[in-house]
Amino acid sequence: METIMACLVGLLFTIGTYLVLSRQMLRIIFGLSIISHAVNLLILTSGGLKTGSAPLLDEKMAGFTDPLPQALILTAIVINFAVTALLLVLSYRSYQIFKTDDMERLRGNPDE
Amino acid sequence: MNNLLILPIAFPLFIGMLLIIFRKNIWLHRLLSPVACIFPGMVALILMNQIKDSGIQTLQLGGWQAPYGISLVADMFAAILLFVTSIVSLCCLLYAFHSIGKEREKYYFYPLILFLITGVNGAFLTGDLFNLYVFFEVFLVSSYVLITLGGTRNQLRESLKYIMINVISSAFFLVGVAYLYAVTGTLNFAHLSIRVAEAGQDGLITTISFLFLIVFSLKAGLFLFYWLPGSYSVPPGAIAAIFAALLTKVGIYAIFRMFTLIFYHQPQVTHMGIGILAALTMILGAMGAIGYRDLKKILTYNVIISVGFILIGLVAFTEQSLLGSIYYLIHDMIIKALVFLIGATIIGLTGTSKLKDMSGLIRTHPALGWMFFIAVLSMVGIPPLSGFLGKLYITKGAFAASYFWLGGFGLLASIFILYSLIKVFMDVFWGETVMSEDEEKGTTKGVMLPIVLLTGISLALGLGAEGIHEYVLIAAKGLLDPNQYIFAVLDKGGI
Repeated sequence: METIMACLVGLLFTIGTYLVLSRQMLRIIFGLSIISHAVNLLILTSGGLKTGSAPLLDEKMAGFTDPLPQALILTAIVINFAVTALLLVLSYRSYQIFKTDDMERLRGNPDE
Repeated sequence: MNNLLILPIAFPLFIGMLLIIFRKNIWLHRLLSPVACIFPGMVALILMNQIKDSGIQTLQLGGWQAPYGISLVADMFAAILLFVTSIVSLCCLLYAFHSIGKEREKYYFYPLILFLITGVNGAFLTGDLFNLYVFFEVFLVSSYVLITLGGTRNQLRESLKYIMINVISSAFFLVGVAYLYAVTGTLNFAHLSIRVAEAGQDGLITTISFLFLIVFSLKAGLFLFYWLPGSYSVPPGAIAAIFAALLTKVGIYAIFRMFTLIFYHQPQVTHMGIGILAALTMILGAMGAIGYRDLKKILTYNVIISVGFILIGLVAFTEQSLLGSIYYLIHDMIIKALVFLIGATIIGLTGTSKLKDMSGLIRTHPALGWMFFIAVLSMVGIPPLSGFLGKLYITKGAFAASYFWLGGFGLLASIFILYSLIKVFMDVFWGETVMSEDEEKGTTKGVMLPIVLLTGISLALGLGAEGIHEYVLIAAKGLLDPNQYIFAVLDKGGI
């Protein structure tokens, strides 16, 4: 199970990196978003994966999953959500001003 | 248990939230935000004395004992930085009163600064790796908004790059957290330190430590600083000053914390790596500082040089060199705020940041000129100014630990700092006065107070270094001996 997850995380990182390296602003933002999701999966895997047990400890329970990674992911998702929202707003604003979403043309020139 | 520890985090946060509700009352913002800046500093002073008397102070939030709960830990290093943060942020706020403008004040400038301070204070005080990530995000998100506040063309363009690079480094931070959790099964600094020491720092853990080094280097501007000159030169002066004084320093603090408390077992690999990065940072920073003829660019490249210099102390890893690093860190936070504020004032007066368009300001603004001159000498490390002691200790420590090349680079970098800043001084203040007082684009009215204040503090730090020596020595000894930290957090080492 862990091996499959590791491959999936690697695949998502590959896609994310490919998107981040492109020139279009929206693609970069999607790339960052995918990388963040990959990281969340990685955190989930870091606690060890078990099928069919809840992150709760009870006397009757036979086993339980580590609740900490899930708590970490919850926080990470919220932060990532906020930052992505901010990035989308900013990219829209800069599209309005610069009339382009091409990062190459946002290099800036020395005269400004 | 010491409940004071939560105050430097909770107080600015609470005031910031309050100010958002009373958005229209700018006078309330101006009244409460300095209070919210000073208060953590006073708490830090009390904490410093408590630490001196009875060792490292901790607070287990919610009564959950470490390593299960979240711990806040104030050792001397963190408390000193907390205090300096308070001074610097207060001065930048005072500067902002007269320079930031009505529009930005209306759009939550003061609450954002307070949230930034919340994040910075939290990062200094936390004793938990994931909590460190959260506080990093708190001040980063505030800085994202502050850097774009106003929405001019330059700001939008540079902020996009700044945000994207920081989102990526945050993702890597989480990757590091996940790996470290998978390997050690804990995220509490003290507990991590024990676990890594027990298991031995093998290749895997060293690799993870390099991942953290990459993350914090991106934040601190250690070698991976290519985002820094652009993004620090677009926001208004007060914001740029607070960024230059605080944000890179939090990254430096995190590097110190990680590599003195947790990953200190393989210094020939990790600390050597940091040393090479520090040397490259100083070389590239010096090239930038002497290459540009633009005031903002020269100042930002000077931020980069000092990052490399401070980390020499960590690389040498002796009591003397760490002592020097802490002295220099304190000095650098104050002096960077000072030169950025002076730089912003000069740009405000002349309306340009190009050196060739300015000259002869010394006749119309002698005080500004001489204070800039003092700041320059202090940055270079002329005794008895504040930069001297830090430079002396770092260099002595580096030579004592046989890092001759690194100490040499540090001294060489000082010469380049001298060249780049004296060039600024000569171009801006010497020569014919081309601008009469009527032609000036701005005024120095009101903005001189924080500059005088910071110059005074810098002078006091240089002349009165003896007075804080006791505290700095405790901080340096604490960094050298991780057991102090572990005992304080984990209740005499037992779990």
